[in-house]
Amino acid sequence: MTRFTSTFERLRADGVCGLFPYLTAGYPDRATSRDLALAALEAGADGFEIGVPFSDPLADGATLQRANARALEGGATLDTALELAQYIRARAPDAPLALMTYSNPLLRRGETGFARALAAAGADGAIVPDLPGEESASLGAALAAEGMDLVQMLAPTSPDIRLARVGALARGFVYCVALVGVTGARDQVAGDLGPFLARVRAVTSTPLVVGFGISRPEHVHAVAAAGADGVIVASALVDLLERSGNDLQAARIYLTEMKAATTRAVLA
Amino acid sequence: MAETTLTDTDTTTSAPTARIGRFGPYGGQYVPETIMPALEELDRDFRAVIVDAEFQAELGRLLADYVGRPTPIYEARGFAARIGSGPVWLKREDLAHTGAHKINNALGQGLLAKRMGKRRIIAETGAGQHGVATATVCAMLGLECVVYMGEEDIRRQALNVYRMRLLGAEVRPVTSGTRTLKDAISEAFRDWVTTIQDSYYLIGSAVGPHPYPEIVKRFQSVISTEARAQIIERLGGLPQRVVACVGGGSNAIGSFAAFVDDRDVEIVGVEAGGRGSGLGDNAATLQTGAPGVLHGAYSYVLQDADGQIVGTHSISAGLDYPGVGPEHSFLKDAGRVRYDAIGDRDALDAFFLLSQTEGILPALEPAHALAWVAQNPIPGVTLVTLSGRGDKDVHTVAEAMGQEGALR
Repeated sequence: MTRFTSTFERLRADGVCGLFPYLTAGYPDRATSRDLALAALEAGADGFEIGVPFSDPLADGATLQRANARALEGGATLDTALELAQYIRARAPDAPLALMTYSNPLLRRGETGFARALAAAGADGAIVPDLPGEESASLGAALAAEGMDLVQMLAPTSPDIRLARVGALARGFVYCVALVGVTGARDQVAGDLGPFLARVRAVTSTPLVVGFGISRPEHVHAVAAAGADGVIVASALVDLLERSGNDLQAARIYLTEMKAATTRAVLA
Repeated sequence: MAETTLTDTDTTTSAPTARIGRFGPYGGQYVPETIMPALEELDRDFRAVIVDAEFQAELGRLLADYVGRPTPIYEARGFAARIGSGPVWLKREDLAHTGAHKINNALGQGLLAKRMGKRRIIAETGAGQHGVATATVCAMLGLECVVYMGEEDIRRQALNVYRMRLLGAEVRPVTSGTRTLKDAISEAFRDWVTTIQDSYYLIGSAVGPHPYPEIVKRFQSVISTEARAQIIERLGGLPQRVVACVGGGSNAIGSFAAFVDDRDVEIVGVEAGGRGSGLGDNAATLQTGAPGVLHGAYSYVLQDADGQIVGTHSISAGLDYPGVGPEHSFLKDAGRVRYDAIGDRDALDAFFLLSQTEGILPALEPAHALAWVAQNPIPGVTLVTLSGRGDKDVHTVAEAMGQEGALR
């Protein structure tokens, strides 16, 4: 049983949706991204998405572009992300860890080399936002050979035939993109998130994790109420660090509030 | 216009593991899932229009009456005499409406977008020629037009920025990354991810995810289809050599397409050698890059040891790009096309040489191809694509000369 499976089973048994903060490895610097992971664990994070900084993050809005650029200026690489995974693994033996990387840094390492490095770091899988189902067979096989899951992404624009096709490839969880657009905090969750998740649910029993635009406790609650198994918080965390001058206490309080909203119960 | 058959990128299956849109190992669709349905729709509609007689008739009419095709071929006798070469013929894309080959593709894709019912067009531009061509076509077809352009390119191509605004387009400055073409393309993709339901991304180079490289090649192939027939008519045979400059590679793939099967014709693509061979000093992707993924396709990419895309340098904004169209990567590996690089300084020399021997100001992009021709004279016939005119570059040239203190 993988850490994804055991974690989502536990979350389902508890009737809550998991909280998965996204950390850009090396942002704002290596030491602080480690401390941020610890603060997130204290706040009750159920697992992490660890971002490999990239020069050309096509699916990311302005906030994560800045985070990527700053991490790169500090010399962060794929290895920085692997080190962060290793650091978290040593402190959270059961928390699922997925590395998020664009295709090019991964290909530079080689699919097999990447899969082995991932396994050695104690990670559980990878998310590759510019690798749609059509292109994922060879990486999926390389990761599977090391016991790692390749997470597939689905979007509200995906017609049912694509949901079925890509859903059939699902491993670990399905990353459901909450909106039509790039990453970045939004004022509200898209109104059609519920119907979208229902369409995905119809084609796969794999846990569904929602990301993109999630920034407030009420968003988390809406995602949980829509039946998601997990929620990813990314840009909002970077926004908070930028605003507060990297105040980790503020980050811990924020994530604690987000975690508290993961219950599916109707708020009073 | 002659129809070529679609064999190399035929999509007969849509299974998730199918290797569609590939030129050998290159190409593919490395894009977010949000975009994938739009690419499927684009592929389907593109395949429908290329066999649609009504669409082809409309495209043919506008290529003739609006763009001014066929563009002539011209024997540059003064230039050939000065460089000590056999006959040098120029394919005069600089004489096409808006002053460059970019209009061929902008028109074709603009008509396709209109046919697909899209009201809003997104484009990126480096030197500004594709932006101007797209703004022009949008004005004519009544489509909304947004052009992304890096701040650095806005500075060096101010004339084209003004032209786009005159044509009713909105030019959005891109301030991220290197502030040149690479980041303009990234920003155009981000816009498209957000507006995918009603916008059409009219990409200007032979790059991007499938089916874009094939679409751009199709609409630019008019260059070599015409030139091949014209040179046979004039000379009774094929040229010994065909030369074009390569940035993303749209004029080059269009210039090569009709000659690829002519095994006796030597084909040469000329990249921007910038100020040297070091990483970051040039845009010679096929010379100094390695295969990787940038902007949705697997192709040669200028990158560092960690797989980060590196900045580029070229005096020519239109060649200043760290990637290259996937079919060029294939043609390089297959040995069918020879790729070489020419530096800023030699391109400037060729800019002056053509201006002064022929009374033709070339754009700095094809000045790279002309410089290569000047350095590699042959007794036989050379056909060079003069992909655009140099009016837009006068300021850049004056600036470069100012730095050197004198005209050479």
